Amino acid sequence: MSTPATTPEQLEAGREAAPSLLSRAFALSTVGPLIALLLAIAFFTARTDRFLTGTNLSLVVQQVMVVGTLAIGQTLVILTAGIDLSNGAVMAFGSIVMTKLAVASGINPFLAIAIGILACVAFGAFNGTLVTSLRLPPFIVTLGTFNVAFALTHIYSNEQTISNLPSALTFLGTTFTIGQTDITYGSVLMLAMFALAWFVLRQTSAGRHVYAVGNNPEAARLTGIRTRRLLLGVYVTAGLIYGVAALLLVARTSVGDPQAGQTDNLDSITAVVLGGTSLFGGRGSVIGTLIGALIVGIVRNGLQLLGVRSIYQVLITGLLVILAVAVDQLARRRQR
Amino acid sequence: MELPGVDAGGREEAVKLADRWTPRRRTWRVAGAGVLATLALLAAGCSGRSSSSGSSKGTQVQVGLITKTETNPFFVKMKEGAEKEAAAKGAKLLTAAGKFDGDNASQATAIENMVAAGVKGILITPSDTKAIVPSIQKARDKGVEVIALDTPTDPQSAVDALFATNNFQAGVLIGQYAKAAMGGKTPRIATLDLAPGITVGVLRHNGFLSGFGAATVNDTATGQVTASQVVCSQDTQGDQAKGQTAMENCLQKDPSINLVYTINEPAALGAYTALKAAGKQNDVMIVSVDGGCTGVKAIQDGRIAATSQQYPLKMASRGVDAVVDFASSGQKASGYTDTGVTLITAKPQPAVESKDVQFGLANCWG
Repeated sequence: MSTPATTPEQLEAGREAAPSLLSRAFALSTVGPLIALLLAIAFFTARTDRFLTGTNLSLVVQQVMVVGTLAIGQTLVILTAGIDLSNGAVMAFGSIVMTKLAVASGINPFLAIAIGILACVAFGAFNGTLVTSLRLPPFIVTLGTFNVAFALTHIYSNEQTISNLPSALTFLGTTFTIGQTDITYGSVLMLAMFALAWFVLRQTSAGRHVYAVGNNPEAARLTGIRTRRLLLGVYVTAGLIYGVAALLLVARTSVGDPQAGQTDNLDSITAVVLGGTSLFGGRGSVIGTLIGALIVGIVRNGLQLLGVRSIYQVLITGLLVILAVAVDQLARRRQR
Repeated sequence: MELPGVDAGGREEAVKLADRWTPRRRTWRVAGAGVLATLALLAAGCSGRSSSSGSSKGTQVQVGLITKTETNPFFVKMKEGAEKEAAAKGAKLLTAAGKFDGDNASQATAIENMVAAGVKGILITPSDTKAIVPSIQKARDKGVEVIALDTPTDPQSAVDALFATNNFQAGVLIGQYAKAAMGGKTPRIATLDLAPGITVGVLRHNGFLSGFGAATVNDTATGQVTASQVVCSQDTQGDQAKGQTAMENCLQKDPSINLVYTINEPAALGAYTALKAAGKQNDVMIVSVDGGCTGVKAIQDGRIAATSQQYPLKMASRGVDAVVDFASSGQKASGYTDTGVTLITAKPQPAVESKDVQFGLANCWG
């Protein structure tokens, strides 16, 4: 060991030091989804000249902003080895609360927005309390709150779509122009929320604890993490994010629609899984989730531009989900 | 795995490290292979159509068709009509649908994507008649002709034109038929309706009561009216299972019911199942609206007495024509076009004009 050019320690150190901030953002589990996204973009670019334009790509981002935002909350919950089936229904409830208060009750629109978001936070707190205090499985708890939120939405809205919204509620759906591309403020807000979630999960102790709890709740507890409080915090935060999604939904469609969001719970799980986050918890990233949401949006948009029936988008998304889960399982098995 | 400049101990460590990395590399390979397979499938999925789009790109008129769902036979027939007409006129048809009835978000997304694809016009059966209006407005602002098929938007003026069945008239026809067929019997009516606040359901229900002479109402009423002869009204969402439940509940409420109006034939068949279980299928007359092939067959074997048949194929083919016309002449279609409705029955009444089952089967959908 007297004159080695490289010692094992140096080798290890090299590997540890090498990853830059950027490469850590694209952790290994996000590389597969990223390749899939780039291949899809390349495929559609080759097939139609209407695809790779600023306007069209901005459109895709705008089309995924609601499910993408929901998927941020879903990622947090799934990282703790939970699942949230209620998020689409909770969002729909929040959107009906804010629109009905603002239009029918004539409350100040900003106050109406705040109350709508708080309604979503309350649902998150309710989910979190049942999961942590009564130790009920998240799947069942959120299946219950899914139905509760769905029913409350229809009761409170009286099945009526609410239109003629004040501009404060639709502001995020309006656009600004860069070059010749119109970009909605909502798209920017969604991307900013992804960046914030990524930072919190990677760079703060609370974020690291989310991974720890997802990996092994007992070990996390023994290292001094207050796991119940953390879990409750995750569900409440997710609720807050669903509240923002509710505002984005209202802004995107310019109406309060009681039928909205019925399949968004599964769509958000799809985005999370496509992004390489493990349903068993503890592994994955929100950047992957963004990529997952974009894959769904790009396949939908691209196939439509080519004139392919929309049902093929569902088929391809389904196959990609199976693939993503299979990859996760294989990786997991080999690591043991 | 050869790492230059590493001694024996170091190599061992390096091999261990390499081992640790291998599974991940394997993962990449699996991921890569899977992605390629999926894209191959994707290419296969659209190869049938791409050849036609590639050759005449830019000159061919593109028409979009957005239905409520992919699966309902009514919309399948509509799509068939649009495809045939588009092929005949040398236009290219883009299609999309919601994931469920009421799925506004998917329809809004499809409108945006079709506008991005450069369509000249969009034909749409709006799932949520109010919520879709802003999305339609955005498309029209970009010069795209938008035509509603089957279901009017709220307000109707949100689209350039409407090609649809006169649903009030459809109700009137079966109301008149029922009145004649009941003869002198005292009517005890159950109405199995659609859902609160949906225009189509209101129009058919009110049309039926008007045609029957039970209520004085016209097609401008925004809510369902009722009459003294109506002993039970239930919502079915046009669903067979819900129709059955609704009929069972109505029979509990009043076993003397002898006339059943249903929003569509699935609801009618559900009602028949409930009536048969109660042993009342021969004492109760069912009338309906739609004219799907299953419904016409049910008329043939006597389960349903009469139905008002509508023509989704015609709505779609006229819609495609209108868009192609707009592309060549710059003239947009406008106003409301009635695509017609015909009373179909196996037991005609002298006072009421109707067509037989043969005609119904020749023109049915599904």
